[in-house]
Amino acid sequence: MRANATLPVGTYGYQPVDLAFLNDRAAQFCDQVARRLSGDLSEDEFKPLRLMNGLYLQLHAYMLRVAIPYGVLSAAQLRRLARIARIYDRGYGHFTTRQNIQFNWIKLEEAPDILAELAEVGMHAIQTSGNCIRNITSDEFAGAAADELVDPRVHAEILRQWSTLHPEYSFLPRKFKFAISGSPHDRVAARFHDIGLIAKPGADGAVGFEVFAGGGLGRTPAIGIRLREWLPEHELLAYMEAILRVYNAYGRRDNLYKARLKILVQALGRDAFAEKVEAEFTAIPKERYRLGPDIVEAIRARFGKPYLDAPEDAPAELSKRRRRDPAFDLWVQTNSHPHRAAGYISVVMSLKPNGGIPGDASAVQMDAIADLAERFSSGEIRVTHLQNLVLGHVRQDELYTLWQALGPLGLATPNRSLITDIVCCPGLDYCALANARSIPISQRISERFSNIELQQQIGPLRINISGCINACGHHHSADIGILGVDKKGEEFFQLTLGGCGEEDAAIGQILGTALPESEAVNVISRVIDTYLARRVPNERFRDTYQRLGATFFKEAVYAAA
Amino acid sequence: MPLLESGRIVSDPWQKLADDAALPSDPCIVSLSRLQQDEAVRTAPHLRLGVALPVDQPAEVLAPYLDRLSLVAVNFPTFRDGRGFTQARSLRERLAFSAEIRATGNILPDQYTFLLRCGITTIEMQDGSDPAAWQKAADRFSFAYQPSVLKEPVLSGLRRTIRLACRGIPNRG
Repeated sequence: MRANATLPVGTYGYQPVDLAFLNDRAAQFCDQVARRLSGDLSEDEFKPLRLMNGLYLQLHAYMLRVAIPYGVLSAAQLRRLARIARIYDRGYGHFTTRQNIQFNWIKLEEAPDILAELAEVGMHAIQTSGNCIRNITSDEFAGAAADELVDPRVHAEILRQWSTLHPEYSFLPRKFKFAISGSPHDRVAARFHDIGLIAKPGADGAVGFEVFAGGGLGRTPAIGIRLREWLPEHELLAYMEAILRVYNAYGRRDNLYKARLKILVQALGRDAFAEKVEAEFTAIPKERYRLGPDIVEAIRARFGKPYLDAPEDAPAELSKRRRRDPAFDLWVQTNSHPHRAAGYISVVMSLKPNGGIPGDASAVQMDAIADLAERFSSGEIRVTHLQNLVLGHVRQDELYTLWQALGPLGLATPNRSLITDIVCCPGLDYCALANARSIPISQRISERFSNIELQQQIGPLRINISGCINACGHHHSADIGILGVDKKGEEFFQLTLGGCGEEDAAIGQILGTALPESEAVNVISRVIDTYLARRVPNERFRDTYQRLGATFFKEAVYAAA
Repeated sequence: MPLLESGRIVSDPWQKLADDAALPSDPCIVSLSRLQQDEAVRTAPHLRLGVALPVDQPAEVLAPYLDRLSLVAVNFPTFRDGRGFTQARSLRERLAFSAEIRATGNILPDQYTFLLRCGITTIEMQDGSDPAAWQKAADRFSFAYQPSVLKEPVLSGLRRTIRLACRGIPNRG
């Protein structure tokens, strides 16, 4: 009711031409399905085409991955996702580390209908899979965070549009991932993407970008190299074209596992790669690819603005509620983030309830969140790359009422960034690639550490779980990473310690031999006991780990086994 | 093999020339190595000359010969290998090559718009291919969200109007 009546808040409002484009795309896919069924397309030919529409064949059924550009949804869009979960799936959806949503029980013949339903609300599954430029991810507090310097979503949208059905880069050696942030505190893991961009303000209100390239996780984790300290806004697309063109021309295509940009950067070396990019950039006709301020402003104008007009006593009202209700106070302390506007606050709705499946939300929850977003947050919802949901613009004096509504929905667990805020891939319960089931071990850890006081005592700590070496659960970048491996047909788990996805990016180190599930959970308990016993006051886990060393931890936790 | 240009089957005046074959008087496509090594090919008067650019070579290797070339063929060993898109676009953008660029190999009609927007003008189709499927693919979208090598009118923002096959030979620029 507070949102701008014509434009969605925080995301790009589609114009009729954009909707026509989505309908054309849905019709194209319908035609491709028909050609597959008639035999005009072989399965080999059809596969990349369906993947570029987000449709995977998994262990038990088709999975449809729907794009949520830069993780922002309108209430109407979230309601549509709830409807799809209810009608075409089993009543739930799974939010992913790339801010998308996956439906796990899809029938191929219904996929065109789902795409048509999505197109009605300006959504699609374009380029959520395949060897092309994937969903552009961004900061879940974009446009709201107190520490933000530039709202990155306008440029995320520009990159989304530019990369949509790109004529040159739709058949790359491998998938290609962008992340963009506008805050000095990196909440997007910019250094772990093929291209990571940090938007910064320059002189006279100009915008520019710090550019990282060649980062990634997967089998060969790599931290991106910095190509530019400052790339002016008008050269953004030309420079991205240059990086992609070097990759498309020289990236390896002979080995699936050596085809990502990071491998090319490592093979050529930092300087030679940067030289190739700069040479390509020099040769590109700059005028043709110029991103002029008129284009930026035209796209910015399609973003609705949140209603921000809190009464002066809003912070006092929040303080009063916090003093009176310790449970509320704890939740605010853990699950909120400072807002740029006086009297406002952002809150994380945890999709990691005790013993739950990380990132899953039911249709009932999605509908309820859509209602709450309209009532409390200008009708806008964000998906985080840690698989939670965010309401970005909540009035501080209304936060208590919101919290009371979230509790019965199972969405008020006060565990953001704590040990049970686990990131987890779908694993062998769904995925054909997995070696082990990620979800059950995640549930065991969640149960083991369910005591919220213990979680608070441990403090911020990331656990990420991947069911195989492809690392969809980003285990390399976690304080405690868990990797599922297959040992003679049995599911084992290898632990890594000391990873980090933020500004001081680091890749976790293997702790010791892989263990069966129950032993792995016990070893994690001992890692935590060791940390609690040996840390100095206010020392983060990764700092204690660095200070004491890998050998110390290994001996401490394996010796006791 | 049938040759597709602007959504229609056209006659193909070009023949591929084996490396050891004598020079004909009709238009012929030679290998890159023959172009580089056989001066007689490059200096033959009145011969319309084309070259088959190997997929693993950058377009820049043709820079010394472009004045002499009336055709460059780029190859798609499989439709999933997109290097030919970059080769074609480099020929147009970096090297200002304005004659025919032909796509050969394993290509799907679904890629037609991409090929045209990267500067490819003719497609060597598999025998039995239906040109109507290609025409339909090229007519699928009325605009695109990024600049290409074609002179496409700006619709608004990043959008460019595209009506490729209907428009006859694409404008290059």
